[in-house]
Amino acid sequence: MERNLLRYIWNHTRPQQIWVLLIVLGSMVPYFLSLDLPKQIINGPIQGGGFEDATSAQPFMEFSIDLPWIGHIYSFDGLSLERMQTLVALSGVFLFLVIINNGFKFYINTYKGRLGERLLRRIRFELFDRVLRFPPRRMKSVHGAEVASMIKDEVEPFGGFTGDAFVQPAMLGGQAAAAMIFILVQNFWLGMIAFGMVLVQVIVIPRMRRRLIELGRQRQITARHLAGKVGEVVDGIGTVHAYDTSNYERADIAHRLGTIFKIRYDIYQWKFLVKFLNNFLAQVTPFLFYLVGGYLTLRGSLDVGQLVAVINAYKDLPGPLKELIDWDQARQDVQVKYEQVRDYFEVEDLSSETTQAIAVGVQSYDGPHLSAVNLSVDDESGAKVLTGTSIRLGLGETVAMVDNIGRGAEALAETFGRQVWPVGGKVQLGDEDILELPESISGRYLSYVSSDSYFFHGSLKDNLLYGLKHAPVISAKYAGSDATQRRWEVREAKLASNPDYDVRANWVDDRMISSPNHGESDIKSSLLAALNTVQLTEDILEFALHSSVDASGNPKLAEDVVAMRHALHEEVKRLGRTSLFVPFEPDVYNAEATIGENLLFGKTLQPLDRMNELLDSDDFYKALQNVGLLRPFVNTGLDIARHIVEIFAGLPPDHPFFNQVPFLTADAVIEYQQILKKLGTKLSHALSEPEQRSMIRLTLGYIEPRYRLGVLQKDLQDAIVEDRQGFYEQLPPHLQAMIERYDQGKYMSFATLRENILFGKIAHRNAEAPTEIREIAGRISRERGFYHQLLRVGLDFDIGAGGRRLTLIQRQKLNLARAIIRRSNFYIFNKALPGLERRLQEEIVTDVLTYLRQQDNNPTVVWVLSNISLSRLFGRVVMFDKGEIVEDGLYETLREESGIFSTLVA
Amino acid sequence: MLLCDEVQLLKKLPYFADMDGCKLKLLAFASERVSYEPGQKLFKQGERGDSAYVILNGTVETILETSAGQTKIRENGIMSVIGEVSLLCDGERTNTVKAVTHVDALRINKDSFSRLIHDSPDMTLRMTRMLAERLRNTTNELDSVKAYQPLSTMVN
Repeated sequence: MERNLLRYIWNHTRPQQIWVLLIVLGSMVPYFLSLDLPKQIINGPIQGGGFEDATSAQPFMEFSIDLPWIGHIYSFDGLSLERMQTLVALSGVFLFLVIINNGFKFYINTYKGRLGERLLRRIRFELFDRVLRFPPRRMKSVHGAEVASMIKDEVEPFGGFTGDAFVQPAMLGGQAAAAMIFILVQNFWLGMIAFGMVLVQVIVIPRMRRRLIELGRQRQITARHLAGKVGEVVDGIGTVHAYDTSNYERADIAHRLGTIFKIRYDIYQWKFLVKFLNNFLAQVTPFLFYLVGGYLTLRGSLDVGQLVAVINAYKDLPGPLKELIDWDQARQDVQVKYEQVRDYFEVEDLSSETTQAIAVGVQSYDGPHLSAVNLSVDDESGAKVLTGTSIRLGLGETVAMVDNIGRGAEALAETFGRQVWPVGGKVQLGDEDILELPESISGRYLSYVSSDSYFFHGSLKDNLLYGLKHAPVISAKYAGSDATQRRWEVREAKLASNPDYDVRANWVDDRMISSPNHGESDIKSSLLAALNTVQLTEDILEFALHSSVDASGNPKLAEDVVAMRHALHEEVKRLGRTSLFVPFEPDVYNAEATIGENLLFGKTLQPLDRMNELLDSDDFYKALQNVGLLRPFVNTGLDIARHIVEIFAGLPPDHPFFNQVPFLTADAVIEYQQILKKLGTKLSHALSEPEQRSMIRLTLGYIEPRYRLGVLQKDLQDAIVEDRQGFYEQLPPHLQAMIERYDQGKYMSFATLRENILFGKIAHRNAEAPTEIREIAGRISRERGFYHQLLRVGLDFDIGAGGRRLTLIQRQKLNLARAIIRRSNFYIFNKALPGLERRLQEEIVTDVLTYLRQQDNNPTVVWVLSNISLSRLFGRVVMFDKGEIVEDGLYETLREESGIFSTLVA
Repeated sequence: MLLCDEVQLLKKLPYFADMDGCKLKLLAFASERVSYEPGQKLFKQGERGDSAYVILNGTVETILETSAGQTKIRENGIMSVIGEVSLLCDGERTNTVKAVTHVDALRINKDSFSRLIHDSPDMTLRMTRMLAERLRNTTNELDSVKAYQPLSTMVN
């Protein structure tokens, strides 16, 4: 990138700058004409110059064209107009010139805006492109949020400046010069006064502004660090809470904000001081004009028209001048910013552009072995972690690498994966240095997985297929206005030197899939096989079952869910296991559900607990009153309260028993106690409205088989079932909308898929019921093929920023699945499963090896193990000690030898 | 069976005989009512023990699983307490218990139980006495087993 922003702009927008300059030059002609016109109007028709008689006329618009050497070629004598007519005509010309001037302004401004936006796009892309090409060492010291703030915010002013970079000084300079010359032509001395004032402005103001620029630079750096710090706290929020350092972070941010405030306040003070001075200088000049010009006019050496014209012209002088000074300040300002940004992104050993050139389709490359040649790697402190290591790995080998002391094996794997660059020696894929090969070879022939996984915000599926998105494979089809839009996108991208690859095309290359079915490149089956291999399928089913899917967006799924529900109910009946759960039926009281659920007979979006809009609404209680359930509910609530007070009275608030009852807190017990005491032997009518409501809430959460208090009698159950429909109809529409009523044949959008399928309540008493139901449901869903549909829903699960909605173990499994789904010749696993327990680790490593061996290209698998006992699953074992290979051979051989390996394994 | 019936039943158990009625109701309320079909397991040998069971109805059998196979140790009926040792000490279940008939039971959770003991010193004393008795019984059984073993194995 160029050292100077003006040069950068000039190099990338030269033809456009020249064009807009020409336009600006052209716009000067009408501008200058419009300056002279007022004088003509005043001196001519208004003051009567040339119209001494009532009938005298003047020619209007007469002109002649004379060319040098050729002489006179054409002349127009003009129209002969009277005084009034001339006034109208001249005013008309004035209006015409105003329109022309503004037309020019409009065109120039739009043109400049577009120019600036294009340059901004170019520079932003260029910076991002550089980030992608940063060498690993540089990347370690980079703050994500800082880079983001630079690319997003700090370059923003460059765009605005681009349009003005050359046009502004030309146009404003021209205007100022024109006004200046005009004044000078009218009267030399008045001109000199104006000129003197201009000189003061041009010399003094920029000097004062230098301090402003320095402050601006400081502001930029502190703001960038603030962005970095905020990003850091967000990323490390877990650590902050774990160590109770939130107040330390508060102090840090407050301090930074204080610094920024101070700098900004300084900037304001200076800015307004400069403004004050500027305005003062601009307005002191007219004072001199009035005084000196008036004096000259009175003396008769200047006519009134001239004076007015000078004052008029001067009105146009401080404006451009001020803007010119502003421009200069903006130039210095963006130059400083540009240097700052440039320094950050100017890195010596950036990878070359050709390394990352896009390559469509399968790249054939002859690389039958991966080797390290005399490889040395340093860590950040400069200590050697790998010294002069050479090793050669052929196709089809399974290699376990183990560290005794040091981290040589890890360092070697990282170098294979291009995560670190060696300080000496090289890694070769075939006969080429892996760092010189294009990434379209090294990034496809070799899959690298380490424990530090990163995921992009999106669905599970997007992340699983991420490693297959090398280039657009099937371009998107566009028609009509979309096609026009796409053509425009391509054209604009090219104009800003951006690539025009279509992000909406299909990037998933099914030729790159590991295809365990020998030839049949089927993404779906590979995906399922990979998920099974890393044992992630169950988790994905859980995601699906726990999610709520909008029925309108997926009618087929909703239909199948209902069909699955029926099938499950049938099967349970067939097996004679109806005691496992109680389905929702319109004319039966569901004993395993709460009284509230039985009353509403539907799913609410919010759970029916304390903060529920439905329960806070007066209409709810009115409806209850209308169907005659209010009194029985209050009385039942009182019964429950009596029991609760008897059981819980006097228990400390932290008592574990409170956890047993979800709707109960120690405060509530005290409240119930007071209500009961106040009521004494009186009837429940004596309670105030809030007290009655509190009793009703207690009733609504009650489940008889769970709490066994014996307060729910058969007649109340019958009444609830009978009045369900009536109650619903009594509710106003906005409350009705909060309830999605149970209907055997309908899908519920408010409920999770699990609730939708079960459509009932699992029996509380039956300890094994949840497991048994899950087994039955699992079997049926597999038989019905519903299982795949569930998986599809699960794959759409949004994993959150950086995959934060997944557990650590799930992330590691996903990380592994994402790699084995790609077809590679070499797979490098660098302690990819550190958090897993030993048994699971062994199962997954075995399955991954089996899975990859099914591939027809005979891939090599290298695994850096943290658990040395797993090395028996591999053909070859490489033992590292203090950054050197100490043993290398078959597992059996090394076991027999009396080396480090045999002592560690034993 | 309602909570108050359960309380009456618990009261008949020697463990809880002279415990305050309110405390017992609290214990019963905090516990979970569970039922099992014949053949279903209440808990398995080797699992972490986190609760005890009071059999309200039906019969369960205790089985010891060894490498040689399964041995039935004893059968328990209504009003017996199962797996209470794990309420006092952490550790794995030393045997498997499964339902012979339909079984209703009260599952007493470890946290609730230890809190209850914490609150009533009488209870602790009673528990200690019960355990001591069981220890004496077990020791007696062990002694008699040893006594029946042939002399030759003793010498080794």
